[in-house]
Amino acid sequence: MGCGTCSGCAGVSEPVLAVEGLRVRFGGVEAVRGASLAVRAGETHCLVGESGCGKSVSARAVMGLLAPNAVRSVGAMRFEGADIAGLNDRAMGKLRGDRIGMIFQEPMTSLNPAYTVGSQMTEVYRRHRGGQQRAAVDRAASLLARVGMANPGLRLGQFPHQLSGGLRQRVMIAMALMCEPRLLIADEPTTALDVTVQAGILRLLAGLQAEMGLALLLITHDLGVVARVAHRVSVMYAGQVVESAPAAELFAAPTHPYTRGLLASVPVPGKVRRDEKLGSIPGTVPRIGPGFVGCGFRDRCAHAMAVCAEAVPLRQAGAGHDYLCQLT
Amino acid sequence: MTRKVAAALGLLIVGFTLVVALFGPSVVRADPFAQDLMNRLKPPAFMGGTDAHWLGTDQLGRDYLARLVYGARISLLIGAAAALTSGVIGITLGLLGGFFGGRVDDAVMFAITCRLSIPLILVALAVVSAVGASLTIVVTTLGLLLWDRFAVVARTTTMQVRTLDYVAAAEAAGAGLFHVLFREVLPNIAPHLVVVATLEVALAILLEAVLSFLGLGVPAPLPSWGLMIAEGKDYMFFDPWVIMVPGLALFTLVLGINLVGDGLRDLFGVRRRV
Repeated sequence: MGCGTCSGCAGVSEPVLAVEGLRVRFGGVEAVRGASLAVRAGETHCLVGESGCGKSVSARAVMGLLAPNAVRSVGAMRFEGADIAGLNDRAMGKLRGDRIGMIFQEPMTSLNPAYTVGSQMTEVYRRHRGGQQRAAVDRAASLLARVGMANPGLRLGQFPHQLSGGLRQRVMIAMALMCEPRLLIADEPTTALDVTVQAGILRLLAGLQAEMGLALLLITHDLGVVARVAHRVSVMYAGQVVESAPAAELFAAPTHPYTRGLLASVPVPGKVRRDEKLGSIPGTVPRIGPGFVGCGFRDRCAHAMAVCAEAVPLRQAGAGHDYLCQLT
Repeated sequence: MTRKVAAALGLLIVGFTLVVALFGPSVVRADPFAQDLMNRLKPPAFMGGTDAHWLGTDQLGRDYLARLVYGARISLLIGAAAALTSGVIGITLGLLGGFFGGRVDDAVMFAITCRLSIPLILVALAVVSAVGASLTIVVTTLGLLLWDRFAVVARTTTMQVRTLDYVAAAEAAGAGLFHVLFREVLPNIAPHLVVVATLEVALAILLEAVLSFLGLGVPAPLPSWGLMIAEGKDYMFFDPWVIMVPGLALFTLVLGINLVGDGLRDLFGVRRRV
C-alpha cells in the first residue's frame, strides 16, 4: 500500500520526521526506551500499542511538550531534514502549530471554553503568520468548510460548549491545519467519539492527508482504525517500537510475538466463531526502571529464552519491515 | 428565587452607593468641611430636626448628609483600589505557583504563609507611625496585605486548569508562556477571582473603617465613615444618630457587596456546569 498519489514522496524521500533512540524518563520509570520512528510525506503512520506503552509520551517528546519532571534524551531527531533535538523551547514554539500540528484525544476539553471557535483559530494563524484579522478569518472559514462543517460563518462565532464532540474534533483538525503544517500528530483523535462519528473523522483525516500530502502520525490503540487508514504501522510495547512495517505486511505477516498476540486478540467478523475463545496476552505491561536490559516482553512471551535477558537485536523481515526480537 | 432577589438587592445597594459617590457631592449643596459651631449636633429631620440638615450635624456643626455622601467616595475608592492592588499581586503569585508547581510553588506557598502570619492591624500601626497617615498609605497598606485569598484561589484553580487539554493544545499550537498564563488560564479562573474580589472590596472597606476608627486610617478632616464613627463615639450616649448613620451606611454597603458576590458565585457556578 504505497502512496504514490502525491509528488512529494516519489522515490525514496527523506522522512518529514525522523526520530532515533528516543528516551523519556519520569523519576524511576523509563516511559520510552530508545524508540525510533520515521514518518514520510503523504504517509499515514500509525503508532499502536496498549495504554501506558509510551505512545503519547513519544508524541509529546517530539513536540517538546513533556511535563517538567520528564527527562528526554534522543539519538537524533530531524524535522524536514533539520536537526530539532537541540532546539530550545522558543525555537520549538515557532514550529509547533506552524509546521507541526497536533490534535488531542479529548475534543470536549481541548478547546478553550473562554473563547469563540473563530478567535481560537485566527489566534494560531496570526501568531505564526501575522497579517490582517480579515485574512485569518477567511482562512478559518474555508478550513471549517473543508473539514465538513455546514455554515462556517456561524460556527466561527460560537463557543466550544455550543458544539458536539464530533464538531469540536473537526474544529481541532481545522485549527491544526491553519498554517498548512507538514506533519500532523493526532493523539487518539477518535477514542472519545461515537463509532459513527469516528468513521467520519477518520475519513476526513485520510482525505486531508492525501490532498495536502501531509505526513500523518496517528496514535491509537484501535487496530480497526489502523487497518482502515494506515500506510505504515509501528507497534510499541513498554517504551520501544518492537515492530515497524507497511500496514498490509504487518497484518499479513506479523513477526514479533507481541504483534501476533495483539492481532490474535482482535475479533474478525466471519472468522471468529461464536464459541471460540479470543486470543489474549497473559500478564500486564511491566514497569521498567533505568538499567533494564533485554526484551521487555519476555515475561509474557510464549517463546521466551535465556538469551532474551540480553540486549535485543533489530532484525529485518523484509523491505522496510523491522522487528526487535531474538527469534528469526 | 430568593437568591436572585438577594443578588438584585445587593446590586441595587452597590449601584445606589456608586451613583451617590459619583454624583452626590454635586446634588448635596452643603460643604462637608464647613463648620458651623452655632448648629452643633442637630438631630436628623426624622428625629425632630429641620430640613436644613436632613441627617443633622456633627459635633462641629458640619452637615452629616454631605459628609456621608463624600465618605461613600472614600469607602468605594479604598475598596476598589485595595482590591485591585492585592488582586494583581495575589493573582500573579497564584498563577505562577499553580502553573509551575515544584520550587516556584513552594516559594509562593511560603509567601502566603508569611503573609497569613502577619497581623494586619499591627502592620498598619507600624506603617502609620513610621510614615504618617494618608489616603494613599491606607490603600497601599491594605493592597499589600490583602492578596492572600487571591493567591490561594488563583493557585488552586490554576492547578485544575493547567492539566486540561486546551492548555496543552495551546502549547502545541506554539503559544508562549505569557500567552498560556494570561490568555488561556486566566480567563478560565476569572469567575472565581471575581467572587474573591467582591469579598476583598468589602473587607477593605471594613478595614479602612476600623483603621480610621483607631486613628490609623484616613486623616481627620476627610469624611470617612469609620472616622465619622470615631468622632461621634463621645456623643453617642445622648445623640446616638452620630454613629448610627455612618454605621448603618457601612453595614448596608458591605452587605450589598457580599450579596453581589454570592450572586456572582451562583451565576458562574451554574454556567461552568453547562
